[in-house]
Formats: sequence, structure tokens, C-alpha cells
Amino acid sequence: MFSSLIVTELQSINDSSTSAEKPPRHEDKAAQTHCFHCGTRCSRDSFRREGRVFCCQGCLSVFELLTENGLTDFYTLDHHAGVKISSDFAPEKFPYLDEPSVREKLVDFSDSKTTRVTFRLPAIHCIACVWLLENLFRVREGIGQTQVNFLRKEAAISFETGKVKLSEVVALLGSLGYEPDLKFADLDSAPEIGRSTAPRKLWMQLGVAGFAFGNNMLFSISIYLGLDAFHGPSVQRLVGYISLLLALPVLLYSAQDYFRLAWTGLKHRLLTIEVPIAAGILVIFAQSAFEVVTGRGEGYFDSFAGLLFFLLCGRLFQQKTYSRLAFDRDFKSFFPLAITRLVDGRKESESLSQLTVGDRLLIRSGELVPADSRLISGQGLIDYSFVTGEADPIVKEAGDHLYAGGRQIGSSIEVQITKAVSQSYLTSLWNQDAFTKPTDASLDTLINRYSQRFTKIILAIAVVSAVFWAFVQPSLSLKALTSVLIVACPCALAIAAPFTMGTAIRVLGRRNIFVKNAEVLERLAQVDSIVFDKTGTLTAAGAASIQFEGLALSIDELRFVHSLTRHSTHPYAVRISAATCTENDSLEVRSFLETPGCGIEANVGGREIAMGSAEWLASRVEGIPDALKSGSVVHLVLDDEYRGAFVLASALRSDVQQLIAQLSGYELSLLSGDNEKERPSFERLFGSSAHLNFNQSPATKLEYVRALQESGRKVMMVGDGLNDAGALKQSDVGVAVVESIGAFSPASDIIVCASVVPHLASVLKFSKGAVRIVRLSFVLSSLYNVVGVAIAAAGLLAPIVCAILMPLSSISVVAFACLTTAWWGRRSGIANADPIAT
Amino acid sequence: MSVILLLIPLSVLFAAMFLAAFIWAVRSGQFEDTCTPSMRLLTDDRQPKENSKSPTFKKHSK
Repeated sequence: MFSSLIVTELQSINDSSTSAEKPPRHEDKAAQTHCFHCGTRCSRDSFRREGRVFCCQGCLSVFELLTENGLTDFYTLDHHAGVKISSDFAPEKFPYLDEPSVREKLVDFSDSKTTRVTFRLPAIHCIACVWLLENLFRVREGIGQTQVNFLRKEAAISFETGKVKLSEVVALLGSLGYEPDLKFADLDSAPEIGRSTAPRKLWMQLGVAGFAFGNNMLFSISIYLGLDAFHGPSVQRLVGYISLLLALPVLLYSAQDYFRLAWTGLKHRLLTIEVPIAAGILVIFAQSAFEVVTGRGEGYFDSFAGLLFFLLCGRLFQQKTYSRLAFDRDFKSFFPLAITRLVDGRKESESLSQLTVGDRLLIRSGELVPADSRLISGQGLIDYSFVTGEADPIVKEAGDHLYAGGRQIGSSIEVQITKAVSQSYLTSLWNQDAFTKPTDASLDTLINRYSQRFTKIILAIAVVSAVFWAFVQPSLSLKALTSVLIVACPCALAIAAPFTMGTAIRVLGRRNIFVKNAEVLERLAQVDSIVFDKTGTLTAAGAASIQFEGLALSIDELRFVHSLTRHSTHPYAVRISAATCTENDSLEVRSFLETPGCGIEANVGGREIAMGSAEWLASRVEGIPDALKSGSVVHLVLDDEYRGAFVLASALRSDVQQLIAQLSGYELSLLSGDNEKERPSFERLFGSSAHLNFNQSPATKLEYVRALQESGRKVMMVGDGLNDAGALKQSDVGVAVVESIGAFSPASDIIVCASVVPHLASVLKFSKGAVRIVRLSFVLSSLYNVVGVAIAAAGLLAPIVCAILMPLSSISVVAFACLTTAWWGRRSGIANADPIAT
Repeated sequence: MSVILLLIPLSVLFAAMFLAAFIWAVRSGQFEDTCTPSMRLLTDDRQPKENSKSPTFKKHSK
């Protein structure tokens, strides 16, 4: 109803609308109380313009700006295009971006004429966003071309250096609802956000190999088919040299990485898979070049280029990484870029890097405390759940010490910095060993273990057949040696793993399980011990179960409670308000008073109502049961009479119980930064064999994982907050749980959406299956090698056999790997569910 | 017969032009974002009303 209404309204603005059918006009008065821009409900006497209602000045301004610039198509492209302008958005808070030291780090490119900058704009969500942002030059003179990357939610914006300031670009984006996500980490990362040239190089290498493969095959086919055209010796020589010329860039450019990796392997005294590949490549090229130059034949250049082409295809397939997700983020990506500093009573935005000890800061509701500091004034109610794992916010009084990373909820506070940002408590976690050890790509992969045996056998066969022919028919000896090395080149083997793992990563990605790379998947299959974090991982943030202890409340009483609690931003009040929501309208609330850390009171519909902690209410009423005096409990007093208490338990995510049951084969642990109050319920959940640890600090979590590993366990850590960052990094597989994709997550190997947590058991099962499929593909490709080597060792390898066997084995192994993995995904329940929109 | 001596290098040259086109495409970043262009296509015919300013300058690539 709502969306059709918007379409109808727009027909009147855009008379030239291209849409063919006009939906019927609805005159639904009730629906008109939605904001025309952002769609939030609003009262009818809000901001009005041209017969349309807006919820706030911000939304109205966007509409005016778009109308002025002829961009009203924005509303027809997507029915939910508009983004609500945050109430604390202030266009004047960005001048710090023009400081040379900050500006220089943020822009991609700048000279006296033009500047280009790439921003993350988390609000990008539909086709209209792309259209509007790419038409930004119409809104403000001096802005040039904008290019949006939808999946990464990024926009690259060019503007004239002299005409527009960086701060003005950000303010313009913000005023349209696309405030850039500026984080402290942006100051030390490379200017281009996470953009690497590696895939670009791989594409080029693939292109060069494909080009040589196609052309060489064209010449070779005529030779294989015995066509007369090439029978003249001069033509044959010409074709030979052209093939050589085409193959040269393949050897020097496309095959580069294989030589480099083979050399790395040899330096570590390991026969990695790249060693036989590099040897095979070199031998094929040398043998073919020799044949062409001496005029003995046309060589195997077609097989050579084809080999590289297939190998690079495999690498490219596997390299589909979720580059829009950052797997290696630290606390700096969690902190904002700027904070409000108070200088002589004036507020000014300042970059985090400019803060020094002694500075006074204003922390608004929902903002982070950026450094260890002391509370000067205001009532602190700090939510540390992301940093320490404690689920309940902590009350702080003036003079109290605040740790960095806490989020203020409630009213604004003023603090004074006591430690520099880089020396704060939270930051010290990043000095742990787990963060300083280099993370080299491991050589101990499934394929390299297999290659150890494979390579030795091949070398042995090559030498034995050479020696055998040296006695029987010396002229064939060298040919047998090179033929074995050529045909044994484990092309099919080398692409079996990338295609299987690549398919598996795609299957998981469709279910919002994002795996960093194939190695992680291999390690996942070896996991035998799982460590869970509690807050935010097993329990859902904000989705607590609420029970009322006492005489059941009437509908009217529920309305009183709902009306009162909706005026507070305290997390308990927000939850109770949501839980007591009834169909009736809320009542008028008078003389509302919130005493931070204690409770709220007001006159609602003529009755005095107070809700809060036991200590606070104890002086007013009697009869508060002792059993309910601790824990997350909110007591209710109605007209000076005790009515009962709301008990808030952190709610387990749905199906967690089933998940724990499915994981009975693993050693399970629970690490929580929270206190022991929920130990009994988790003991019931986990059973007696699991290890439950409460009051854990980030450092003890890391130690716990390390101790498990030292006892020979392969550990998977599942966590969500900064307090798990150490343990995630230390574990063999770190799984970060996020509420929404793109939200901040600590460094990890796998990022999963919270809704997928209950399916972790099938993910583990799936990864084991994928590894088994890789093993099967190894067997299959080895069969081809056996056939090929048998022919080669007999000295019978003709170029045409090579040209057929090589692609045949590659393609059949790829088909086997992809199809079986996709089938296994459906079998193990990973792939059959509907893809979840990201 | 000698015409083939001309045609073969010519065919390779022709193919090389396609390789060059491919390299240009990769370098200009066409393989990096395969999602947004498909969306851009759908909005191509949406021209802003009574306002025909055009970008003042083109994108600068590094």
C-alpha cells in the first residue's frame, strides 16, 4: 500500500515518467502519515511541501534539493530510496577534513586542478542511490564525475580543488543522507580503500595465456589434422617461430607466479605443487623451442599455453574473494575519525590523531569514548558489551575512569583524556604476540602434502625410464625423460583444489558465510574444538527474553509501562517498551524524570508510575522479594504500590540449543566477559562435558585458546566483539559474527551473519565434505597422469596425444569438482535455502 | 602458396589487437566491478528535468 502510494504521488511530479502503466490512484489518508522521503511514520502536521509530508527538516531539505536540480526521478527508481537524515548530522562538523595532514591521507589523488576521493557510504542500498550519487555534479557546481561501486558501497568522487573543499563534499553527501563512514583506520591505510592490483594482474596473465593458447591451437589443429596447407617447409618454419614468439610472453609473464612459488617452496625444502608445475613448464618450453629452432618439429607450444591458461583459470576462480568485506580490521576501524573537542567552551570537530592528554571531549549519546579518560560532568552510562563482553551498561559518576571503546548511552557527557589513544587499555591488546606474528601464507596445505609424494614418484619414473631407454634405444632416452616430465605436469591436480574450494566458498557466500580463502576452509575441516563467546554470539544483542514476576498486569497497566519506557533510551527501557507494545495508542506522559543508574518515573494518564532498580525503589515501597534484588531486573511501582518486576535474561539465538546438540562430537567451551549469573542456564545448555568460563578478559580468552592449541587441539573461535579479537586471531579458524554485513568485525578468517550461527554444524560438515571432494579429484587427476606417464615412459608421446589429454583431464576434473561440491552443498543443507539478501 | 606467408602473420596481428583491447579493458578497471554497470544501464534514460549541466571534467585515473 505504502509503496504504491509513493508511485502514485510521483506520477504527479513526473508527468514525463517513462513508466508504461500507471497504478490506480489511492486516496488513503492513513498512509499519508509516512515521510515522503524516508518512509518513517510521522504525524500529519509535520513538515509539508507541495502536498507531501516529511518527518524532519533534513528529509524536506533533500526533497527540495532534488526538486531544484531536477532529480526527482530518485523517488521513482526505488520505492524505498530515501535515507532518513540522522538528527545529529551537522554540516558544519567537518572542517577538520581540510587539515592538510588529514586531507592528504583521505584523498586518492589531488593536484591544483582536480581531486579524487573514495568514500565508503554505508547508506547505499538501491539503484536510486547509484543514480543520485552519479548525478551529484548537478547538485553542486565544481563536483565532477562520481563512480559508485554498489557491492563495496563506495563512491569515487572527483571535484575541482579550487572550487570545492573536501569538507563540503562530505557535508553535501551527509545532507543527502549518505554520510561517509570515516574511521580512524583511514588515516594510516593506503589512500585507495582496500583496492589491490593483484586480481588485475591475474586477469592480464590469463589474457596473455589465452591469446597464445587460441592462436597456437589454431595452427596446431591444421597440423594435427594433416591439412596440406602447412606442408611447405617454409610455412612450417614460420608457424613454428610464430608459436615460439607467442609462447614467450606466456613463459615470461603468465607463468611468473609459478616460478616464484616453486622457488619459495624449494627454499623451505618443500616439494610444493608448484615445483613439478614449474619443472613441467620449463621442460615443455625448452623441448618445443629446441624442436622449432632445429627444424625437427612443431613442439608442444599449444599444450604449453593451454596448460597455463587452465592453471590461471583455476587461480582466478579461487580468487573470488569477498573484497568488499575486510577480514583484517583492528580497533582503528572501530573508532571514528573525528570527535567533538571542547576548547574554551566551544565545540569543534577534531581528528582523533590530533587528540592529546588533557583534552576535554563531548561524548554524545551513541558515541564512543576514544581514549582512556575521566568523566568530568554528566551521567555516564557506558555500554562495554563490544569491548569486554559484559551485557549490561555500567553507570559512571563524575570523576570515574572510563576505558576507551565504551559507547555512551543516554545523555551527553564531558570527559578529559588521561591516556593517548594509542596507549589506552583497549589498544594494548594489539601488542600481544598473536597480533605481531607474521601471517605468511601457509605451505602446509592439502595439495602440498599430496605433492610431496607425487613429485618424488614422478621424478623417479622419469629417471628410470630415461635410464631404461638409454640401454635399449639411446636416441629415445632424452625424449622419454622430457615426455614424462611434460605429461606428469600436475595441471589437473593443481586446478582440482582451487575449483573445489572456489565452488565451496561461493556456496557458503550465498548463505552469508564469508570465508577469507581456501586455506581457511581446509583448516575448518580439521577443527575438533570449538570455543564460543556468549554476548552477541550465542545470545542476541537486544533480543532478550522478558518475564514479569508478580501478579499479571492488565492491558491498561501494560499501556502505562509502555508509555513510560518509550521515553527512555536505556537499553532495558527500550526492551521493555518493545515487549509491552499493545495495539492501543500510548498515553500522555507528564513530569518524566530519569535518574541515571536508578530508574525512571512519571505521571502517566493520571497515575504515578516508577520503574527502576531495587535499591532506588526500596525507600518508597516495601515487599521487594530478595530473590529479585540482583541481576537484570526492573521493578515496577504503581501509585506507591509494588506490582512486581521485569526480569530480563539475555536470549539465546533461536536454534542454539539444537546447534549445541549437533556439535556433540566436538570439545566445546564457552568464554564470557559477563558475570556468573547465567552459569546455571548455560550449564544446562552445554551439558557437563563442556568448559564454561565467565569473567574473562580479552587476554585470558587469548590464553585459553592458546592453551587448547598447545594440548594439540585445532580450535575454532566464534566471537563478535573486540574482546574476542585476540582469541579470534590466535585460533586456527576465527569466526566473527556480525549483525549486518559491512558492520565492524574484528580480524577473523570467516565472517558470518548472526542468523547463520545456528547452522554452524552443517558448515563444519560441509567443509569436511569439500576436503573429501578435493581428495577424490586428486585421485581422478592422478589416473590421467598414470595413463599419460605410461604412454610417455614408453616413448610414444606425440604432440596430439598431449594436446588432447591435457585439456581433457583438466576439464573433466573441473567438472567433477564443481558439480560434486554444488551437490554436496545441497545435501548438507547449505545451499538449498533461499539466498539471503545482503 | 606464398599468400599464406602473409596471411598467417596478419591473422596473428589481428588477434593481437583483441589482446590489446582486453589489456585496455583490464587496466581501465572493467573487471573489478561487474555489478554497478548493470544497474547503471537501467537508469541511462533518466535525464534530469530542466537542467542539462554536464560533468565539468572527466574522471582522472592514476
